[in-house]
Amino acid sequence: MRLVTVAGPPSVGKTSLFLKVAARLRDDGAQVGVVKFDALSTTDDVAYAALGLPVRVGLSAGLCPDHFFVSNIDDCVAWGKQTGRDVLIVETAGLCNRCSPHIRGVLAICVVDNLAGIHTPRKIGPMLRLADVVAITKGDIVSQAEREVFAFNVRLANPRAPVVWCNGITGQGSVDLAFRIQAAPRVATLEAHHLRFSMPSAVCPYCVGETAIGETYQRGNVRKMSFEESA
Amino acid sequence: MNDVPLAATLHASSRISAFLAGLGLPDPPAGTPADAWLAGLSETALHDVGLDREQLAAHLHLLLDAATTVPAAAKQAIHTLTILGGHGKDGEREPEALVIKAGEIVCIVGPTGSGKSRLLADVECLAQGDTPSGRHILLNDALPTADQRFAPDCKLVAQLSQNMNFVVDLKVGAFLAMHAACRQVDPESDVTERIIAIANTLAGERFCRDVPLTQLSGGQARALMIADAALLSASPIVLIDEIENAGINRRQALDLLVSKEKVVLVSTHDPLLALLGHRRVIVHHGRIADVITTSEAEKTVLRQLEDVDAAIAALRDRLRRGARIEDPIIWGPPPVADPPA
Ligand SMILES: Nc1nc2c(ncn2[C@@H]2O[C@H](COP(=O)(O)OP(=O)(O)O)[C@@H](O)[C@H]2O)c(=O)[nH]1
Ligand SMILES: [Mg+2]
Ligand SMILES: [Zn+2]
Ligand SMILES: [Zn+2]
Repeated sequence: MRLVTVAGPPSVGKTSLFLKVAARLRDDGAQVGVVKFDALSTTDDVAYAALGLPVRVGLSAGLCPDHFFVSNIDDCVAWGKQTGRDVLIVETAGLCNRCSPHIRGVLAICVVDNLAGIHTPRKIGPMLRLADVVAITKGDIVSQAEREVFAFNVRLANPRAPVVWCNGITGQGSVDLAFRIQAAPRVATLEAHHLRFSMPSAVCPYCVGETAIGETYQRGNVRKMSFEESA
Repeated sequence: MNDVPLAATLHASSRISAFLAGLGLPDPPAGTPADAWLAGLSETALHDVGLDREQLAAHLHLLLDAATTVPAAAKQAIHTLTILGGHGKDGEREPEALVIKAGEIVCIVGPTGSGKSRLLADVECLAQGDTPSGRHILLNDALPTADQRFAPDCKLVAQLSQNMNFVVDLKVGAFLAMHAACRQVDPESDVTERIIAIANTLAGERFCRDVPLTQLSGGQARALMIADAALLSASPIVLIDEIENAGINRRQALDLLVSKEKVVLVSTHDPLLALLGHRRVIVHHGRIADVITTSEAEKTVLRQLEDVDAAIAALRDRLRRGARIEDPIIWGPPPVADPPA
């Protein structure tokens, strides 16, 4: 089974775009499955199901979404294999800019949009910097000049990945992404695979539900801000 | 890059200094070789950056290479764009090939929903039989290379449409300088001043470099987009989608693009724009139904249309100044003064 992780900040157009990609893959004869990860709720599953694709949802609720994702991704692969999927698309929540969902040996696509502002590519961590392909959406509503500056900054953040110009509404770019997915590495299990980069760390009492504020509770992996005037 | 001091490299490559600035790492001390600098970064710093030592080194190498080699696609001039025919929604075939030369304006006309945007989209993605129309696009009579299709900072095709706006929160001058830096234009160049000057001749109302982009009127923004596409964008092909109501001088705008030897494709319902084209493609049921060359008689009509257009522009100008527009309208060129007796 071919696996692809799709990550990107909220509302960039991941679902709109991958609905088109999934439809294309299906029309080419592939059995496509989808898993959607989110924090509190999602309606993306309804949209994918409307295409007639089997879809599962993982909600991290009170847990760190990244940690929840990595603890469940191998179960997603098992589900996909068991239901005879040729392609499994995993849309992650991409809730923070430091998200790090990409896995070595698994096709990693990062979706960013032109509306986010031309400096945004600098501010996104491993989700963008270590992706194999970067899809840029919403070029239809910003100027050519801004698109060029944005793409330049994407190139700085990730000099390795090809950029695909996409539009979640018209489906521009979806043929290209489908083509790349059809050539993605096959995986049977993620057992013994590694993330491309470690996730944001979170081992402190607040991770496990502490709400009280104060020095006493700041144990484990704590880092303090510096209020020194910087030179 | 092994033992070259990183600071020297940074000085030489604005890309690499922009990349490092984006990571939020402090500037490397002068004279530190890149390898020593990498080795000296703490695990915490790397963890925050979101790249390990090897990944960071690989990024730096790629950026260095990119800085020293001009992308192949940017070097290559486009002399011809060829649209190899596909088929319409009814399955009927299109003409074999439409060849468009650099410096030529081709307009695309047809009812809404007839496939004008599909045709522009096929050119935009340099379609290879992989879009609903089945068209193939050739550049200089050859299949486009992967570089030409996917290189992001030297895109071959620039687009301009009614729906596009500037969204970035910057002043005109500052943004143009940033765009020029991306295009590796010499910082001493006066290109940003020239773009603003040209935009001001295209739009009815003037603006200066200190205006925020988001405060430009529709016409000013469109004029700036065209001037920028002509002077700063490296793209040899320009696609224009419905700019008839943009409030800019359409002939000047097209002349400007053509003078830069661009291939210009314009989708339009506007008679003036359509007749400004050297040829026009008629789209019907998703396919190219006909290609006609603008005739001499049409060029005469065009001159009349331009007179009408100029008369309306003059009225608009008087409205802006708060004047009345009561005197009868004279369609035609302004009266020529009698030759001295
Ligand atoms: N103008 C424009 N809107 C888009 C584009 N792609 C997606 N959208 C819109 O952006 C919104 C968010 O899209 P969605 O797919 O839900 O984003 P997600 O949160 O990343 O999955 C929707 O209203 C889409 O219609 C695009 O390329 N251009
Ligand atoms: Mg979504
Ligand atoms: Zn995160
Ligand atoms: Zn915690």
